[in-house]
Amino acid sequence: MMGKFIIGRYVPADSLLHRMDPRSKLILIFLFVCIVFVANNPVTYGILLLYTFVMAFLSKVPLRFILGGLKPVLWLIVFTFILHLFLTKDGALLFEWGWFEVYEGGVRQGTFISLRFFLLILMTSLLTLTTTPIEITDGLEVLLGPLKKINFPVHELALMMSISLRFIPTLMQETDKIMKAQTARGVDFSSGPLKTRIQAIIPLLVPLFISSFKRAEELAVAMEARGYRGGEGRTKYRQLKWTGLDTVMMLAFVVVTVTLFILRT
Amino acid sequence: MDISLQQVEYRYQANTPFETLAIQDVSIDFPSGQYYAIIGHTGSGKSTVLQHLNAILRPTKGIVQIGDRTVTNEKKQKNLKEIRRRVGIVFQFPEHQLFEETVEKDICFGPMNFGVSEEKAKELARKTIKQVGLPEEILSKSPFDLSGGQMRRVAIAGVLAMEPDVLVLDEPTAGLDPRGRREIMEMFYRLHKERNLSTILVTHSMEDAARYADKIVIMHQGRVYKEGTAEEIFASPEGLIELGLDVPEVVRFQQKVEKTFGKKLSKICLTLDELTDEIKELLRGGDRK
Repeated sequence: MMGKFIIGRYVPADSLLHRMDPRSKLILIFLFVCIVFVANNPVTYGILLLYTFVMAFLSKVPLRFILGGLKPVLWLIVFTFILHLFLTKDGALLFEWGWFEVYEGGVRQGTFISLRFFLLILMTSLLTLTTTPIEITDGLEVLLGPLKKINFPVHELALMMSISLRFIPTLMQETDKIMKAQTARGVDFSSGPLKTRIQAIIPLLVPLFISSFKRAEELAVAMEARGYRGGEGRTKYRQLKWTGLDTVMMLAFVVVTVTLFILRT
Repeated sequence: MDISLQQVEYRYQANTPFETLAIQDVSIDFPSGQYYAIIGHTGSGKSTVLQHLNAILRPTKGIVQIGDRTVTNEKKQKNLKEIRRRVGIVFQFPEHQLFEETVEKDICFGPMNFGVSEEKAKELARKTIKQVGLPEEILSKSPFDLSGGQMRRVAIAGVLAMEPDVLVLDEPTAGLDPRGRREIMEMFYRLHKERNLSTILVTHSMEDAARYADKIVIMHQGRVYKEGTAEEIFASPEGLIELGLDVPEVVRFQQKVEKTFGKKLSKICLTLDELTDEIKELLRGGDRK
């Protein structure tokens, strides 16, 4: 069912991106989101595009799969493009058709903004495609560590995140299973009038809720039985390691950023 | 209703990096009125085979013939309801599918989806609740107030109430105590005989397969490894043991006896009674080859 959807999915492989420390990846993504807004002419966008595709290539995830998985957000990008196309009235008039007037600035703005959008989504997908949810939360916990000083519940937040991420696939499996069982009892989830399709959700949701509550309770008991009592003094099984690779990636990123600042107009 | 699989292949999440081949080149015929058992390890593809039997999954290659319907990869299937009604599937841990406020409503849910009137559905509920060995009073209770074993039976009743011609069971006794297991297996066997159902049982238990099934299909790594009657299958248990599959205790004991005495018994025994008789005969000195 969720066959081709890639947002939030992890593809196991052994690539440079997979081997990077989640902290460096998180910092990189955060900075990348900032510098996307630095680009303002074809050359700088070209550099960003090149950088992103090099990263995608380094991830060893087939490019066709990544792009195929971005289809659901494609219409958003197209929508952004069209919006800018018609609403920006800047530069020379390119053509006119009834009410619609397309200006040069609109084409430019539309292309840049949708390109920006595309780059952001592609880059963040690369993060989740090459980093397990657990690594991401581990990385976040460390990066947000300083906030503990102002009594921000960093550990609890990270734990909540990792638990919910951990149970997404389980929940999907469960949904799939119950859907199949109810399909076998004559429920039609995929066709028929809207009203019956909405009604068909009840036999799916009730069992899902019940099993989720049960699972949450079991998890709480299991955690307590194994002596969980919060983040205080808790050691880590997975140690994060900052290697030469991370430093190189950061340096490469700095070079890209500097070039962007030099070439922007 | 006959069901037949012809060179069926199924890949999960085809055309993604997550693609996995679950079954390949699987050809099995399930003729009307027969009791089939499908056995294999976890991951051998038996549950995937099962989901083809009422077109929940469409084969990525090959043909599934269900009655007079043909299901292939090519065309989208419409109006599968008739198939779904005639082939009832009891999934693993069927109690997870319960959702209604009362047991009665839950049992009526299936039949009413297939267009049975409420009155008739309630009648079916009363009938099937007795068939699964629960008292009629339970109909007015909430399914979530019942014990695990009772919930299982209610869920089974929900499938039986659809009055299917073919009953497909996916490890229906998983997680039950030995007595519950036997009762449920006996109940299915009785229904199989009384209603002249086709039954297809997916199980880990060689004992159950040997006791009830007319034919046994052994699955291994997504393929059919062996198919035949219990006698044929257990005539050469070495292969099974090599696959790491369990052989019924009776068969194992018979092997030991034959080895110790250096004699072959006249037949492959599948029940304790048969084996006792054979060994008595042997000890009495009846000379057999």
